[in-house]
Amino acid sequence: MAKIREKKVPMPEQPPEERIKNFKEVPLGYTPEMAMEEASRCLQCKPRKGKEFPPCVEGCPVNVDIPGFIKAIKEGRFDDAIRIIKDKNSLPAITGRVCPYENQCEGACTLGKKNEPVGIGRLERFAADYERTRGLIIPEKPTPNGKKVAIIGSGPAGLTAAADLAKKGYDVTVFEALHEAGGVLVYGIPEFRLPKEIVKAEVEYIRSLGVKIMTDVVVGKTVTLEELLKEYDAIFIGTGAGLPNFMNIPGENLNGIYSANEFLTRLNLMRAYDFPNYDTPIKVGERVAVIGGGNVAMDCARWARRLGKKVYIVYRRTEAEMPARKEEIERAKEEGVEFLLLTAPTRYIGNEKGWVKQMECIKFELGEPDASGRRRPVPIKGSEFIMDIDTVVVAIGQSPNPLVPQTTPRLKTTKWGTIEVDEELRTSLEKVWAGGDIVRGDSTVILAMGDGRKASLSIDKYLSGNDKTWRTVTQ
Amino acid sequence: MYRIVKKEDLAPNIKKFEIYAPLIAKKAKPGQFVMIRIDEKGERIPLTLVDASPEKGTITIAVLEAGKTTKKLNSMKEGDCIANVAGPLGIPAEIAHYGRVACVGGGVGIACIYPEVKAFKKAGNYVVSILGARTKEGLILKNEIKEFSDELYVATDDGSEGFHGFVHLLLKKLIEEGKKFDLVVAVGPVPMMKAVAGTTKPHGIKTIVSLNPIMVDGTGMCGSCRVEVGGKTKFACVDGPEFDAHQIDFDLLMIRNKRFVEEECLALNEYDKSCACQR
Repeated sequence: MAKIREKKVPMPEQPPEERIKNFKEVPLGYTPEMAMEEASRCLQCKPRKGKEFPPCVEGCPVNVDIPGFIKAIKEGRFDDAIRIIKDKNSLPAITGRVCPYENQCEGACTLGKKNEPVGIGRLERFAADYERTRGLIIPEKPTPNGKKVAIIGSGPAGLTAAADLAKKGYDVTVFEALHEAGGVLVYGIPEFRLPKEIVKAEVEYIRSLGVKIMTDVVVGKTVTLEELLKEYDAIFIGTGAGLPNFMNIPGENLNGIYSANEFLTRLNLMRAYDFPNYDTPIKVGERVAVIGGGNVAMDCARWARRLGKKVYIVYRRTEAEMPARKEEIERAKEEGVEFLLLTAPTRYIGNEKGWVKQMECIKFELGEPDASGRRRPVPIKGSEFIMDIDTVVVAIGQSPNPLVPQTTPRLKTTKWGTIEVDEELRTSLEKVWAGGDIVRGDSTVILAMGDGRKASLSIDKYLSGNDKTWRTVTQ
Repeated sequence: MYRIVKKEDLAPNIKKFEIYAPLIAKKAKPGQFVMIRIDEKGERIPLTLVDASPEKGTITIAVLEAGKTTKKLNSMKEGDCIANVAGPLGIPAEIAHYGRVACVGGGVGIACIYPEVKAFKKAGNYVVSILGARTKEGLILKNEIKEFSDELYVATDDGSEGFHGFVHLLLKKLIEEGKKFDLVVAVGPVPMMKAVAGTTKPHGIKTIVSLNPIMVDGTGMCGSCRVEVGGKTKFACVDGPEFDAHQIDFDLLMIRNKRFVEEECLALNEYDKSCACQR
């Protein structure tokens, strides 16, 4: 047997100096030859003792048969590969791009103990792109079972639940508040990380399964959850973490200071980068400070670089504590984003016209570990300094969207505003499930998809079974 | 797609549209607004609901030509379709029996005050409507509002009809003449609402205004519409759009409303050029 390559087959990508001049995707994807070579690195592990799945599958929130689809790629059976993936994952072109593989499937890869793990994410992306560029395979529609399910929110949790239930014969309707389906996939994740054409194609696939998607319906306002309950046999809430957090420091409402949500929504959903061809404007100065160290902060910083600006990431801990994926941090650095670590703003200073012109910051040092296990940043007395800045993007996290809980008094929530659920994602309200960021707070696409899948299994069990008792831990 | 069922000229630069949107029509309450995107490349703008008919399944909005989007919208015809209409958004006006209520409307804000005049009258209040515009042509919906008002007063900046001067000065005159109000509700341009708030504050009259900051999604997601009320940051789209006028930082609102002034001019100029070319 030939010796296994130590490293993943490299994926071609746009060089940094080129890609900051366009809005196109950075990694360009594998060719079939590259994919087959990478697939041949897989050891085809079996489940470990006492486990149901091989390690990589255990590491996947939706338990895709990873060795199975990789074997198919290795043997050039690309159509089989995508069929195997889609059995468990309805949005592979998306997860093949934005999953934190290093903490999941690839983190569990046996090969990864001594070498680089198999490029599972890259292979998933290859299979999905291969299928999409050749026209999507539409699975046979199952016989309708006559039961109606409403899904609130068309983000990754909602779309996954919708697809899973449609495949089982349910009559599924998705309600979306915005004018385009996809949730965070369209308003939050940038074009250069997840091209909108791909989201569109995945949404079309879900429509092809018979799912109806109604845009412009703000549940809680246009219709209430209680009204939907009269019409549908089950409801899944996947409304996400739509409420931007601010620091509540002086000057935060000055012009030129955006929440990450506003900054990204203008650029991604509304295509402000193509103003005035598109009507929505965005105004970005010459020196941009992005506050925060998560993936959203990296997305904002990389967008600002593409608009030709000097960009700083301002983060109160060190790079090691940043919640962003390593890959995103690396790409931001390659693209010329500067990192101001152990630093946070304390106030913003405006000019006579009400625009931010400066930011006062304070320096931090790391103290004892806090509840999250990360070392707590401690402000250094007298370390305040002022820097010139004319645009700020506050990317310090989002809170759960309050629209549905506010208008559904019977629905129990936690003190953080998330919806309370039991282990099967059942809420305090009979026939209502919830998942994704409305339950988790501020999490990832794949965990939201995992919730969508889990809820769909529980919904199916409830609607197809005879036992209609509703027990949840919250009762 | 949302079809324009009826279009009417209210004033030379203000059009009234009845749009088929049955789900919204069923839920709409006075004080609420909708987010509109006219076409695939359009921006999302908030527009206050003027009326709604659950029977016909229509909602009514009034649009003042101010920038590209409103100009383009006002050029649309009956039978044309608007790409997206979402709502009804925001917290409805608190309609109750207060006693004597003054409803003050300025410019296109007169259209926005109309549903409140109706609702306050229905709730048993004595309603005094006070309308202001630049010229008498701008005194839109005067007769409709009169129908539901116990008293009606008008003001024009040029003196072409009624009181000669700003509408808050007319309100001031009425108060000083001894008219008592338990509540004042005002909708109009920000400087007008600020002036109304300044007029009622010394008399301790509870005053509510409807704010019109720049929005993107209109559902609490982006924070573009943040305003300061009583020193606290609020999102006009989900916490408002109506707030206690005496608590609002109007100067901040005026500054924030100018955030994209250059871009708005550019878009309008490009649009005017493209219209000229087509002719």
